[in-house]
Amino acid sequence: MTAARGERFLTIRMAQRESMPALQAAALRVLALLLALATGGLFIRLIGFDPLAIYAGMLRGVFGTAISIRETVKLAAPLCVTALGLAVAFRMRYWNIGGEGQMSVGAIAATYFALYHQNLLGVEWPRWLLLTVMALTAMAAGALWGLVPAWFNARYGANETLFTLMLNYVAMYVIQFLREGPWKNPRDMGYPKIAMFPAAAQLPKVLGAHAGWIIALALVVLVSLYIRYTKQGFELTVVGANPNTARYAGMPVRRVILRTAAISAALCALSGMIKASGADRTLTDGVAGGIGFTAITVSWLANLSPPAIAAVAFLFGMLEKGAGYVQSTYRVSASAADVLQGVILFFVLGSEFFTRYRIIIGRTCADERSA
Amino acid sequence: MTTGSAADANGLPTESVRHFPEGSASPALELKRLTKTFGSLTACDAIDITLYRGEILTLLGENGSGKTTLMNMITGLYRPDSGAMFVRGKREDIRTPSDARRLGIGMIHQHFKLVEPFTAQENILLGLPRSRGQSPARLRADIGALSGRYGLGVELDRRVSGMSVSQKQTVEILKVLYRGADVLILDEPTAVLTPQEADRLFGILRRMRDNGAAIIMITHKLSEVMALSDRVAVLRQGRRAATVRKDETTPEQLTEFMVGQKVTLNIERPATVRKPLLSVKNLTVRDADGATRLSGVSFGLESGEILGVAGVAGSGQKQLCEAIAGLVPTVSGEILLHGRDIAGQSPRKIYDQGVRLGFIPEDRLGMGLVGSMNIVDNLLLRDYRLQRGPFVRRSGAAKRAGDLVRRLSIIPPEPLRPVSRLSGGNLQKVLLGRELMGRPELLVTSYVVRGLDVHSSYVIYDLLNEQKKNGVGALFVGEDLDVLLELCDRIMVLCGGRVTGIVDSKAATRERIGLLMAGGEV
Repeated sequence: MTAARGERFLTIRMAQRESMPALQAAALRVLALLLALATGGLFIRLIGFDPLAIYAGMLRGVFGTAISIRETVKLAAPLCVTALGLAVAFRMRYWNIGGEGQMSVGAIAATYFALYHQNLLGVEWPRWLLLTVMALTAMAAGALWGLVPAWFNARYGANETLFTLMLNYVAMYVIQFLREGPWKNPRDMGYPKIAMFPAAAQLPKVLGAHAGWIIALALVVLVSLYIRYTKQGFELTVVGANPNTARYAGMPVRRVILRTAAISAALCALSGMIKASGADRTLTDGVAGGIGFTAITVSWLANLSPPAIAAVAFLFGMLEKGAGYVQSTYRVSASAADVLQGVILFFVLGSEFFTRYRIIIGRTCADERSA
Repeated sequence: MTTGSAADANGLPTESVRHFPEGSASPALELKRLTKTFGSLTACDAIDITLYRGEILTLLGENGSGKTTLMNMITGLYRPDSGAMFVRGKREDIRTPSDARRLGIGMIHQHFKLVEPFTAQENILLGLPRSRGQSPARLRADIGALSGRYGLGVELDRRVSGMSVSQKQTVEILKVLYRGADVLILDEPTAVLTPQEADRLFGILRRMRDNGAAIIMITHKLSEVMALSDRVAVLRQGRRAATVRKDETTPEQLTEFMVGQKVTLNIERPATVRKPLLSVKNLTVRDADGATRLSGVSFGLESGEILGVAGVAGSGQKQLCEAIAGLVPTVSGEILLHGRDIAGQSPRKIYDQGVRLGFIPEDRLGMGLVGSMNIVDNLLLRDYRLQRGPFVRRSGAAKRAGDLVRRLSIIPPEPLRPVSRLSGGNLQKVLLGRELMGRPELLVTSYVVRGLDVHSSYVIYDLLNEQKKNGVGALFVGEDLDVLLELCDRIMVLCGGRVTGIVDSKAATRERIGLLMAGGEV
């Protein structure tokens, strides 16, 4: 009948879902993970390794020993703090892509005190004081750094995405400049390196891993509170969702933009200080090392929710650590390890898409009339 | 819902008009059980409508009743989930807008799709393949003949940028006709017209009908329905509530179809005690591009008075409201509230001076509410700053949200649902409710019932009158002249950013206001 005509057209469309039951969403994510492992396994097989051994290796790399767990935490902590910082800005729909640069600037400021100001009137600063000063100056420097694009954005509507992105390179080259010149360690025999931090400028260890993870967890709580329960958090949410309504409600929109961008950058900068002082124990131009970009993914994957950011950051740490372990133990090439990471991410991100949209495959105009 | 095709939910025969128009009339467009869902919302639910050649069918329905979705399916913007469309008796799958065009279905949108720097003729020919052997003179003659046949009176060499809204609309119609459309759909075509221009449009549409075109006009103004249509199809909540001949119905009955219950269409205009409240003197406002949007506007508003503001869309109503609310900078002039000048001050500054100003902007989700936030947080917008300390406390607002939901019967009664999921009417109740909670002395409302169903509209009119009796002075920017005449004490008419007249509603007529809207000094 007429229905036959409609059947010729096979269509694929997407439609937004109202919401997905939690159980179904969980099942979908598990399925995604299994698919990821299967696809990854196929890839491992293709390059001539045993998938099961590699996966077991990854798990061992992450959970094998107390040390490996600590290493994972070490990777996750700066990622978590940076992602938290970015989430604050993202909530205002301010696309801070400058996590890298803000981390670098924070690390620079912290390094200045770590290397050149650990003495006060001839007395060595106690560790707590030095670390506090390092953290605070890092945050202040980061805030100022973040204010530059924010000011142009608030005042002239300059595109913050490009602006913050470009500043990443500026910050990185500043570190290179310091390494080659003013801050070059004379004891490194002409090899351009910045000196190691003295012990007082290194983050203490808590349960074997540097204290960055404690800071990260504390910030999860603080950022949650800030966004949900403070007037400032309310304001930044409104400015992000609807700037016209914000003006209508008498909010100082420009000030909110400046303040939020500064806080976001300050948190990223603190993360840079944590990385330099806790993990690297010196300043290198790789202090951010892509964390500022990975944190964007972490932030969105967690839907900007601070507790979820902590969880996702830990997962990313695991992936990184696991991939690193099989790389060194099984001599899988670095790029192959990256591919593996990418495959897993692809499926996990993909499953998020399916929790938000449904796919409709079928005939559109097929006639369902009975007669 | 009913699944059979014999009768719909109201027991009305679905094809009661099969035999109309008599004799030779053939269906131009038949919609059979068209259904479209968005998530859990069924926007169109098995709608059957038949449109005949040589008739004007008005599609009447409140906002959210599915009118636009239905038209978008006919013009290929949406694809139906199920159901079928027949064009001139032949089953067609309209998959894209170009399919619709090919089948002779043309749509006149509310926002014209014209290239401003081009002439009318260039716009009409734009995008059409240049056919061989057709000289420019020939094309021109063709277009001219078409324009003449329907009395469109389009000046083909005139640039669109120099045309009035009404003229642009005529170009749009000619463009669609030239592309061979004989099924014409107009989406609220009179929203941007003065009453006189609307009459002219209706004349054109009638001539097109008499030449055999089939026309669907979307509207929610009953007076237009009664003036123009041959038949009326009424949609309610995504279903077809009725299809009736205009001659056999009344505005009351149509309203009943639209709303689903009897509604009395009376607006009261209580007398009140007056005191001077607001005085605007010589107000001039320019937009960001430097164009003058208000020029030398002066008027007074007393407490206990509703001052209507009439004018075709874009005559400066928006700038007037926003200037009073402190949202756009003023170039010159004074806005004296209780004798104090608030011109050019920020909303916050105005508020901090103790001025109690309530403002209902025209685009509620664009300004005034935050769609992604729930009712509680939206109530907080106005007074969170008054709370002490760095934290926001939501308990007070939560209680008020509960009160508001009960008192104005907001549906669904869930204060924690994002307001963007509310219908237009309920959204407006949240906004108006919040503004009234601030106990305003001056209330500025812009198209406050736009997109609201009939019932909600009357609830809102009652609320405004209640405020008026409490001594509130209200500025009421409206588009329906009948409502303005019934509700307001005086009506100020704007045209091109100037006040062309302020009239007493009791003495004014639609015609007089229409002339003022067109700029005529009376």
